Amino acid sequence: MSNVPKPDELMGIDHKPPKKGWMDVPVDFKPGTYSYPAKGKNLKILDMPNPREWSPTDEDWKLPENWKEIVREGFKDRLDKYRSFQLFMDICVRCGACADKCHFFIGSGDPKNMPVLRAELMRSVYRKDFTTSGKIFGKLAGARELTEDVIKEWFYYFYQCTECRRCSVFCPYGIDTAEITMMGRELLHLLGCGINWAMEPVANCFRTGNHLGIQPHGFKDTLEFFADDIEDLTGIKINVPLNKKGAEILFVVPSGDYFGDPGTYTCMGYMMLFHELGLDYTWSTYASEGGNFGLFTSHEMIKRLNAKIYAEAKRLGVKWILGGECGHMWRVMHQYMDTMNGPADFLEVPTSPITGTRFENAKSTKMVHITEFTSDLMKHNRLRLDPSRNDNLIVTFHDSCNPARAMGLIEEPRYVIKNVCNHFYEMPENTIKEQTFCCGGGAGLGNDENMEMRLRGGFPRGNAVRYVQEKYGVNRLACVCAIDRATLIPVCDYWAPGVEVTGVHEMVANALVMKGEKKRETNLRGEPLPGKEDIEDE
Amino acid sequence: MGLWFSLFTVVILVLLVFMGVGVVGLNSLFGIVIPYVALLVFLVGIVYRVGKWTRAPVPFRIPTTCGQQKSHPWIKANNLESPYNVLGVMARMVLEVLLFRSLFRNTRAELRDGPRVVYGGTKWLWLAGLAFHWSFLLILLRHLRFFTEPIPFFVNLFESMDGLFEIGVPTLYMTDIIILLAVTYLFLRRVVIPQIRYISLAADYFPLFLILGVALSGVLMRHFYKVDIFKVKELAIGLFSFHPVVPEGIGLAFYIHLFLVCTLLAYFPFSKLMHMGGVFLSPTRNLANNNRMRRHVNPWNYPVKVHTYEAYEDEFREKMKAVGLPVEKE
Repeated sequence: MSNVPKPDELMGIDHKPPKKGWMDVPVDFKPGTYSYPAKGKNLKILDMPNPREWSPTDEDWKLPENWKEIVREGFKDRLDKYRSFQLFMDICVRCGACADKCHFFIGSGDPKNMPVLRAELMRSVYRKDFTTSGKIFGKLAGARELTEDVIKEWFYYFYQCTECRRCSVFCPYGIDTAEITMMGRELLHLLGCGINWAMEPVANCFRTGNHLGIQPHGFKDTLEFFADDIEDLTGIKINVPLNKKGAEILFVVPSGDYFGDPGTYTCMGYMMLFHELGLDYTWSTYASEGGNFGLFTSHEMIKRLNAKIYAEAKRLGVKWILGGECGHMWRVMHQYMDTMNGPADFLEVPTSPITGTRFENAKSTKMVHITEFTSDLMKHNRLRLDPSRNDNLIVTFHDSCNPARAMGLIEEPRYVIKNVCNHFYEMPENTIKEQTFCCGGGAGLGNDENMEMRLRGGFPRGNAVRYVQEKYGVNRLACVCAIDRATLIPVCDYWAPGVEVTGVHEMVANALVMKGEKKRETNLRGEPLPGKEDIEDE
Repeated sequence: MGLWFSLFTVVILVLLVFMGVGVVGLNSLFGIVIPYVALLVFLVGIVYRVGKWTRAPVPFRIPTTCGQQKSHPWIKANNLESPYNVLGVMARMVLEVLLFRSLFRNTRAELRDGPRVVYGGTKWLWLAGLAFHWSFLLILLRHLRFFTEPIPFFVNLFESMDGLFEIGVPTLYMTDIIILLAVTYLFLRRVVIPQIRYISLAADYFPLFLILGVALSGVLMRHFYKVDIFKVKELAIGLFSFHPVVPEGIGLAFYIHLFLVCTLLAYFPFSKLMHMGGVFLSPTRNLANNNRMRRHVNPWNYPVKVHTYEAYEDEFREKMKAVGLPVEKE
């Protein structure tokens, strides 16, 4: 972060576009605003085309010889396969309603980050190659030749879109830039132009089951380490079921939750909750990742990585699947999994063994979101909770883009939060629920070399957090997404210093009164529980 | 560039009528042949375009939800914004198509010192868009009186409503005024707002000028350069009964109006104006958000290379055994 200018310098931007037309403004790979390219070794693991060492700042990107043909054919193939793509290429009227809806545009002022223009980067090529008017009128019709500069521009801007879909909420035709970005990235991948921070997780996930490349014994160690911490905190020894055949429920999490703070506290939260319920569940080392960076790569890659979840559920003979707090993982579970790798007819309609609630809304996919599960427990009064243990937290909730805009998961996490903490305040309405702003690091962009762009993209979110911090003294930002738990930390440190990030189930675990627990003196982070700090001082 | 080209093109189109009808007297060409060709292009073009879209599959169910999903019975689901059944989808689409609901949500982000960003509601685009489209529809329906005999009751009804204030003779229609204002607004925002100007293409200006030309020529021939309405109707009925005749002395203004309409019809299927058909097909809007309730089938789903559990265990078996993790094969 040392190279990143101060907030007022960073925001010395203008939302007015330059005089020159956008087709005449070449891309400038400014350090801090782009991600490093995918390493050849990762592409090889996945049998992906054109593995090589290269850099976006190179003149020569070492594209395959027939690259134009590859792009053109890939383009055509996708137009034939996706109505969304064809439609979104054809029907935009450039009304501009989306222009100021993108966090990257608000924070960077770069006109090519207006969703409409990001899509035009692709539409211009579409017009030239696939429409008569484009062929005849060329530039006048908004068409342009496919050149290497266009490929460079695609790379820069399609990896400056977090596929958060906020723009599509406002579009009168529901044009979804995420769909366009996904197609753009698929085409780039045909040429071997991906980013490493997306492709390394994909390669790891493919081989070891999770993004971080944690092997089965490492996974076991990590969870047992958490169990020890929980024992220190509560005096309760909890058991960590792993690869357990015949368990009732398979539990799948984003690996961020067992890899880095503060996700780890959320992970411990799940473990404490399940122990307290006496849930018959299991983790899996093979399906040790719910997150799916395939979503940031190609539709085929989504399917390749997602396949293991149903396969593992079948192998272990579970009845249904429960999923942890994760954003894009849930977009995949909700909108793609059943279609790609279903039908899950070997599973049963999820039914809570504690309350008997049948999750009708998941009766085909057989996969339930953890806040759906926990809110149901709370509604049926099946948990002993002491929300005052979270009284040191003044909480606001960040709706993660995908659960909010692809699922409509809006009230469940709020219900859970309100049951476990006494001080909850909403951010302004233009920044929450379906209008929520991205953390700026989704869709594979959460790497450190891209920090300036992340902070720019995180500005609208950070600004809203700052608002509730000043107004209500908010000091904790809750979310249900592992990428958020990693990327919102620098965003808050930069735009709203003093606000920390938390998962929802971390707060649940803090408030959870467990059977036979010893007197708790600190919360999961080792912070003294409110009311206890005086005792220590004495 | 796009702006001037579009304006120039529309001016040329008008001049063409001056030449063709006013000077050379090609009344049959402009009164019969061109309308038939334009209508044919319009119909075939639309069918072709919509057909092309509908032939493309919708492999995944990707609605954008703008409200609470259907989950627990004790949480109120928003069936309009996050529809879970056909009824909800239909209601969502009706609101979208008739009232431009998504556009109604529009906000404006403003950067302030601090640095801060603030959001304000902005409804002007929504209002102008709605005013424009509804006026256009009502004007179109009003025109049915030229093609029908007897005139359907609703046409007369619209007409009397539209001319409610009875200003001038013939009565000035409200929709005529509204459409002129709305189109002018839509044009001005393209020119005045820098971001919108930046993204505007000839394809954005041309239809605006064309529609402005149609509306203006219509108003002019009704109120200023009056044309013979009975002869116009004779021509229209002739065209639609496939016994086309061109009555003498209708007036040049009418031919300008008709030619611009014909251009609009013929241009329609090749342009962004196809959003009219496309809005109904948009997969983010016209699908129910019941992905986990009901299976959605991808017609071209194909097998992919996956990393199987067996291969996984083969690689990690020894390590798994060492820490006591169960394995399939010893």
